[in-house]
Amino acid sequence: MVPEVPVPGVPATIHLTLDGRELTARAGQSVGAALTEAGIRSWRRTRHGGRPRGLFCGIGICYDCLITADGVPNLRACLLPASDGMQLTSTGSELTPTTDGGVA
Amino acid sequence: MIGAGAVGAACAYFLTRKGFAVHVVERGAVAAGSSSAGEGNLLVSDKVSGPELELALYSRALWEQELAQYGELWEFESKGGLVVATSAQAGRALRTLAAEQRQRGVDARDVEPDAVTDHEPHIRRGLAAAVHYPQDAQVQPMLLTAHLLRLARAAGAVVSTGVNVTGFEVQASTESRRVVAVQTSQGTLACEQVINAAGPWAGEIATMAGVDLPIRPRRGFVLVTEPLPPTINHKVYAGEYVASTQSEHLGLEVSAVIEGTKAGTILIGSSREHVGFERRVSLPVLRAIASAALELFPRLAGVTLLRSYAGFRPYSPDHLPVVGPDTRLKGLWHATGHEGAGIGLSVGTAKLISQAMAGEGTDMDLAPFSPARFEAVAPA
Amino acid sequence: MSVQRSGVAKQPAYDVAVVGGGPAGLAATAAAARLGRRVVLIDAGAQLGGQYWRHANVSSAGPHDHVGHRDWEVFEALNERIRRHRQTGAAVHVAATQVWFIEPPGSDAGEPDWTLHLAPTCGAPDDRMPRTVRADRLILCPGCYDRQLPIPGWDLPGVMAAGGVQALLKGQRTLAGKRAVVAGTGPFLLPVAEQLARNGARVVAVCEASRIGNWGRHLPTVARTPSKFAEAASYGWSLARARVPYRTGTVVMRIEADSSGEQVGAVKLGRLGSDGRLRESSESLDVDLVALGWGFTPALELVSAAGAETRVDVDQSLVAVVDEEQQSTVAGLYIAGEATGVGGAQLALAEGELAGIAAADATHLERSRVRALRREIRRLRAFAVAMQRSHPVPPRWSEWLTPETLVCRCEEVAYAQVSEATSDLAATDARTLKLLTRCGMGWCQGHVCGFATATLAAAGQARQLNAEDLRPLAKQFPCAPIRLGSLLEH
Ligand SMILES: Cc1cc2nc3c(=O)[nH]c(=O)nc-3n(C[C@H](O)[C@H](O)[C@H](O)COP(=O)(O)OP(=O)(O)OC[C@H]3O[C@@H](n4cnc5c(N)ncnc54)[C@H](O)[C@@H]3O)c2cc1C
Ligand code: FES
Repeated sequence: MVPEVPVPGVPATIHLTLDGRELTARAGQSVGAALTEAGIRSWRRTRHGGRPRGLFCGIGICYDCLITADGVPNLRACLLPASDGMQLTSTGSELTPTTDGGVA
Repeated sequence: MIGAGAVGAACAYFLTRKGFAVHVVERGAVAAGSSSAGEGNLLVSDKVSGPELELALYSRALWEQELAQYGELWEFESKGGLVVATSAQAGRALRTLAAEQRQRGVDARDVEPDAVTDHEPHIRRGLAAAVHYPQDAQVQPMLLTAHLLRLARAAGAVVSTGVNVTGFEVQASTESRRVVAVQTSQGTLACEQVINAAGPWAGEIATMAGVDLPIRPRRGFVLVTEPLPPTINHKVYAGEYVASTQSEHLGLEVSAVIEGTKAGTILIGSSREHVGFERRVSLPVLRAIASAALELFPRLAGVTLLRSYAGFRPYSPDHLPVVGPDTRLKGLWHATGHEGAGIGLSVGTAKLISQAMAGEGTDMDLAPFSPARFEAVAPA
Repeated sequence: MSVQRSGVAKQPAYDVAVVGGGPAGLAATAAAARLGRRVVLIDAGAQLGGQYWRHANVSSAGPHDHVGHRDWEVFEALNERIRRHRQTGAAVHVAATQVWFIEPPGSDAGEPDWTLHLAPTCGAPDDRMPRTVRADRLILCPGCYDRQLPIPGWDLPGVMAAGGVQALLKGQRTLAGKRAVVAGTGPFLLPVAEQLARNGARVVAVCEASRIGNWGRHLPTVARTPSKFAEAASYGWSLARARVPYRTGTVVMRIEADSSGEQVGAVKLGRLGSDGRLRESSESLDVDLVALGWGFTPALELVSAAGAETRVDVDQSLVAVVDEEQQSTVAGLYIAGEATGVGGAQLALAEGELAGIAAADATHLERSRVRALRREIRRLRAFAVAMQRSHPVPPRWSEWLTPETLVCRCEEVAYAQVSEATSDLAATDARTLKLLTRCGMGWCQGHVCGFATATLAAAGQARQLNAEDLRPLAKQFPCAPIRLGSLLEH
């Protein structure tokens, strides 16, 4: 919408993926904004009703937009800055069984 | 009935079934006290052999038989307990305890250390010993209390919330004193019998009645995580917990107690402190709880903590509940002092009270729980 | 503004810690630093400005970035002053950081100062980040967020808080939808609709639940606040130009999915009669974005954790009790901005500056400034109260709920469960209702559903909402979710 001004050293367009699907974002944008501009409105399902959820409060209060980025779960997409090469997944946090002596 | 906690609610339920006209008077809302701040376990595993274990087994039978039809209402789940020991010494103590409990009819099964992850896949390796207790179960204490009261109301009980008991009216004759009414913030309530089920405040109620009852609050914190897919299957705790529940120590006691809930959250306890009714969050205590829990489940370090809460257990100095009539004041009964087990023991306590009040023989001997054991203490 | 984290670790106590980098926090920081105090300013955002001056990332911002920001020059001036204080070391900015717990002086930590426990807003902490900050005085300026009421279908993607829609525009230059309805109550609906329209969205209606007549009763107060009047008029003018219908006494009473079932497709409107009763209108609007807001809820978790007294304000929000110097009921704890009562950025600026002066122990040195600030605060507070009275939450809002409507989004608690708890299970207060239904016990810890839960608990008893209903839903520990492992790091 607003003309972009390239900043030296910062790529004007960032590439990232959601569950393998390729997306682009403008430098400085949040993950939530990038997903919204890609037409993606939900990236999580609720645990009881399986309802789709995405951005709601948009300012870090509601935790509806939780997403996993580069393996780190439970990040708020509305606050998380998009970065080049970021791999987003729509799963929540889940522990993996102990196989290695239990030291996390 | 003074107090609408789990114990008061269970008493109301069983007394209405014996035909008593019951009026429950509660200062706050339903389950405003300890009963909304506990974890709701019905444990046999943490009881050393003795009258409390007998009461636990008796209660357990009630949950599974007489009250089975309501189990779903209060999310009864017989999920089992897993007690673990990290050191060889604690392991020996745990096995000895389990052997004793087995003699008393407890189903306690030794688990080989390398088979522990079959029960709990996320637990750390290298434990010294573990015992599986299939009889350990869980209810949701709020739902339990609210539904018991609903059932009691349906059978004629009256439940008044927001009403504070402020004193007693006593009729004194040469040979005895007897309760004829309780005074409340909303007027005087005539009654033949009063049951003090005021949990950690039971000592204050006793004082109002002119008798001494050494019940004190023992604070406990619980940490609550984000909701997760089923991660922890049992009530899991360190063997040291049993020592901590029985301890005479007045300072802070912390031992790891971890379990999942139907809602998906993981509850992490436990702490025990004598600090009066101080509610303020104590970070050092929460840290001690978290570090004990992470020792058993290192992977929980990455799990998100959403909230915590504090509650006050009704502590009795000899770690036995106080159940039965008070011989110092006719018509006054106590049903309290269950400390960290009042949810699980509520139904057994209540059924025994209802039998005793009806003048019937009780299913279990109430003598070990009698308030008479404190009567040597001069009234306040 | 760069994220400055290094050099803060293991510092001795600051004179003043300010939490929140919106108008109140910036004004407080600038004032205390000007008076010679060493100030640390902690803010969850990567950039200062708060919700009001939220702006695109400066490293990549376009030339028109501040377009649509009111009082932008005030922000630039404050920002510049704080930047100079940072250069001299008088002020330190800890960015992208949330306070998850506050320990008052003399608590179990045994420190004589306030101890603030910090965690990064996103992701794991890095080594440069201080885990705790200590300060002699504490100023909390935590701001507020949109208040919400449950509506059938409000959890469909494409339904957003009005403030969130605005944040996407102001902070990201992202349009949340193409065909929007903006609904709820309060003057804030106007700028949101105006900004959507200006950025190319078709705003099919602004639905204001209140009736316009409500304004009339407060005309004298409004007239004493001409800047606000001009502001409202300018939005009204832009909306008229963009042909956005502004409908009063109108609510969105149902939100429906589009054919995919995965996002919003339409809304059904309802009319509120002068008796407050809801009448379903036959009208339905096709939209792909619903922006909702029913006034604001002050963020009170830090205030509660610090042990300060709270009360219910005119707009039924729980707010902090403060004295003439913005000091709370806890000595050494000052509170400014929305947490003392929702009132907007100008009021927050005045309260913040006063708090900064007071926390610097300088009210006696700055007598005339303090007098002027107090006058300004009184005048703006009166305006805020007039606005709150003319934009109440519709008293009969629960009439539009269906048994299936989610009251709590996080825990997916339906209205039917809430009704059962208030009627059959004797949930006579909000705490009991919460514990019986799990309303308010999810990820957001009642930030979104707290007001509705508290109101339904009170309504179940046919009584007015009181502070005891709201307090159990203002969370205490931790003030922000943290990893269990982080609890141990210090
Ligand atoms: C952290 C923690 C974990 C726990 N975990 C478990 C567990 O896993 N399993 C288990 O079985 N137990 C557990 N407990 C213990 C259990 O919560 C208590 O033993 C039990 O709730 C006691 O019930 P009660 O009805 O006696 O007391 P309460 O629930 O405290 O009820 C007493 C009621 O009396 C009312 N009252 C007091 N004074 C007056 C007055 N003057 N007038 C009118 N009303 C008055 C109070 O408001 C209160 O509602 C735990 C406790 C804590 C703190
Ligand atoms: S909406 Fe109820 S806890 Fe988040």
